Amino acid sequence: MSDRAVRWDEALLPPAMALAIALVVGDVLILAFGQSPGHVFGILLEGTWGNAYGFGQTLYKATTLVCTGLAVAIPLRAGLFNIGAESQLAAGGFAAGVAGIVLPAGMPWPLAALVCLVAAAIGGGLVGAVPGALKAKFGASEVIVTIMLNFVVLAFLNWIVAAKLHVPDSLHTAEIAAGGIPRFADFTLAFRGSAANLTLLVALTLAAACWWFLFRTKGGYELRAVGLQPEAAENGGIPLGRTWFRAMLIGGALAGVGGINYVLGYKHYYEEGFGSGTGYMGIAVALVGRNHPAGIVLSALLFATLSQGGLAVNAIVPKQMMEVLQAVVILAVAVSAPEVKRVLRASAKTNA
Amino acid sequence: MRKLLAVLGALLLVHVALLLVRPAGAAVAPTAKRVRIGIVFDLGGRGDKSFNDGAYLGGERARKELGANVTFIEPGDGSDREPGLRLLAAEGNDLVIGVGFIFTDDLNKLAAEYPNTKFGGVDYAVGSDKDGKVIPPPANLAALKFREEEGSFLVGAIAALSGGSKKLGFIGGMDSPLIRKFEAGYTAGVKHVCPDCEVIAQYAGVTPVAFRNPSRGKELALAQYQGGVKVIFHASGSTGLGVFEAARTMDALAIGVDADQFREAPGHVLTSMVKGIDASVFDAIKRVQSGSFQGGVIGFGLAEDGVGYVYDANNKALISDAVRARVEALKREIIAGTIKVPSTT
Repeated sequence: MSDRAVRWDEALLPPAMALAIALVVGDVLILAFGQSPGHVFGILLEGTWGNAYGFGQTLYKATTLVCTGLAVAIPLRAGLFNIGAESQLAAGGFAAGVAGIVLPAGMPWPLAALVCLVAAAIGGGLVGAVPGALKAKFGASEVIVTIMLNFVVLAFLNWIVAAKLHVPDSLHTAEIAAGGIPRFADFTLAFRGSAANLTLLVALTLAAACWWFLFRTKGGYELRAVGLQPEAAENGGIPLGRTWFRAMLIGGALAGVGGINYVLGYKHYYEEGFGSGTGYMGIAVALVGRNHPAGIVLSALLFATLSQGGLAVNAIVPKQMMEVLQAVVILAVAVSAPEVKRVLRASAKTNA
Repeated sequence: MRKLLAVLGALLLVHVALLLVRPAGAAVAPTAKRVRIGIVFDLGGRGDKSFNDGAYLGGERARKELGANVTFIEPGDGSDREPGLRLLAAEGNDLVIGVGFIFTDDLNKLAAEYPNTKFGGVDYAVGSDKDGKVIPPPANLAALKFREEEGSFLVGAIAALSGGSKKLGFIGGMDSPLIRKFEAGYTAGVKHVCPDCEVIAQYAGVTPVAFRNPSRGKELALAQYQGGVKVIFHASGSTGLGVFEAARTMDALAIGVDADQFREAPGHVLTSMVKGIDASVFDAIKRVQSGSFQGGVIGFGLAEDGVGYVYDANNKALISDAVRARVEALKREIIAGTIKVPSTT
C-alpha cells in the first residue's frame, strides 16, 4: 500500500507456508496411491516448467486465471464478493467470438483483435454490471445475484449456441473471420503445439493497470476506502452505490477479457463450456494472491502449474488429487494469513 | 519470524524426506515391447456408467488379454482435451483414443501433426463439405462409429411384440442427429412387426443439459404412460433415470440404452440397447498390436457385435420364446442385408 511500507514478510510467508503444507499433503496422498512422490513431482515439474510446450501451456492457463483473479479481487477491494467470474468469462468469450465472426475477413489482426477485446470487455462488463446495479440501487446481495446470474447466463449461452449458432455435430460456433491473436509458437518453434499466445501480455498489462488504478488514482482510493470502512467512506463524501457499481463493472469486464485467451488465442471459436471452473478458480487465485495484482499474477502461475501438472501426472495419479492439492493451498492460505500476522506482530512487540 | 521460518523449514525437510520414499509397485518406465495405448476420456470422466466407463473397460481388457500398456487421462476442462491427446502422442504411444464426438476437431489436427501415431475417435463426427460429400478422416485415424439404429430396430420390435399396447414411447435427450438415429431405428423396428402401431417420440431439450435432466425425463414419461403407452425406449443419458422412475411408479416398462440398465428399475426394464464401446476400443487396440490397423470409418453394428440387446436371466420372464425367436430372425436379416434400417427420421 502506498501509505505504509509493504510488509514483505507478511505478504510472502502465508503463501510459502501454504505451499509447503500442500507439498507435504501431496506427498502423503501420492504415497497413498502407492506411487513415489519424487517420481510424481518430477513429472509434474518436467511437464510444466521443464519443457517449452509444458511451460507454454502453464502460461496459457495462467493468462485466463490472471483475468478471473483480478475480476474477483477488484470487487473484493470494494467489499463485494464477485462469484460471477464464471459467467462473466463465458459472456466475454462469446462476445469476442461473435465479434470475430461478424468482422470482415481481411481486417488486420491487431485492429480486429482490439475490437474483439472491447466486445469481450463489454460482454463480461454487462454481466458484472447487473449485480453491481442491483447492489447500488436496492442493496441486493451481490453474492446471491452473481451466483444466480451464473446459471442464467450460462444456460442462455448454452441454448443460443446449441440451438442457433453451432456447427453441426459440435458444440462450438463457426470460426472467427478476423481477430485471431498470434501464438508464441508463431515466433519461436520451441512453443510448438502450445496454446500460449499474446493474450498473456494483455493480462499482464491489465494487472499493472489494476495496480495503478487501485493505488495511484482517486477512484481506486475511493474503492478501497469503501471496502475497508463503508460508513466512514460515505461520511467522507464517497458515494457507496456508484463505487460498488463501478467495482462490479470493472470486475466483469476483466473476466470478460479473459475469454479472448481461448476464443482468439487458442481455438478461434466460442465453445460451450470452454472455461468451466476457471471463473470459480479466480476466487482462489485472488484469495491466495491477497487481492494484490502482483500476488494474483504469482498465484495464477501456481494454480496453472497445478492444473497443467495435474494433466501431466494424470496417468499415474487421479485428477482429483490435484483438486485436493488446490483446495489445501486455499485452506492453508486462509488459515495461515491471520496466523502469520499474529505471530509477526507478537514477536515485533517483544522485540520492541 | 524465526519461529515461522523454523516451521517452514521443518515442512520442507519432511517434504524432501518423503520425496525419497519409493513404494513397491510404483510406476516404472514402460517396457519397449508392449503396445502402448493412450485414452483420453470426455469431461464426464470415469464413473458415468456408460460412455467413458465403456472405454475404460475396453482398455482394461486390452491390458489383461493383450498385455497392452494403457494410459488413461481425465481432462479437467474443455481446454485440456487437446493437451491430453498431445501429451499421449508426444510420449510415443502407438494409439491415442479420444472418447466422444467432441474430440473430432482435436483428433483431426493431431493426426496431421503426428502422422506416425495412430488415432482413434469413439463416435467421431465424420464431416461433409459444401456439396454434402463426406470428408474421410485422415489415414492414421480410425473413426469408431456405431450403427445405433440397428440395435434400436431390434428393441423396437421387442417393445411392439411384448408391450401389449399399440402405442410405443421414445424419449430422447438432446435433439440431435445422433439421437435421431436411435429414434429412426426404433420406429422402423416397431412398424416392421406392427404396421398399425404408433410411436410417440419426444425430446428432453435442444441443449446438452437435456442429457442430464431426470425430472424432465420423468415428466415426459409419466405423460406418455398416462396416454396409453406401455413401453418407453430412452436414449437420453441420465435423463433416463427419470424414465425408469416413472416406469416404477406406473408399473410399466422401459428400455435402457448404452449399457444394461436392468439395475435402475428391476422388473421394469424390458431390455437395453447396448452399445459396445468397450468392444470397439478393444478391437482398435488389437488391430494396432497385430499390425492390421487402418484409418477411415470403422462401423460397429449387429454384425460386429458393436450394438445389440440384452436377453438374460433378469428379463427372460418379460420376453417370450416366440418373441425372442422372431427378434433373432430379424437380427439375422439385418446382418444379411435383407432389412435396411434407416438412420434418419
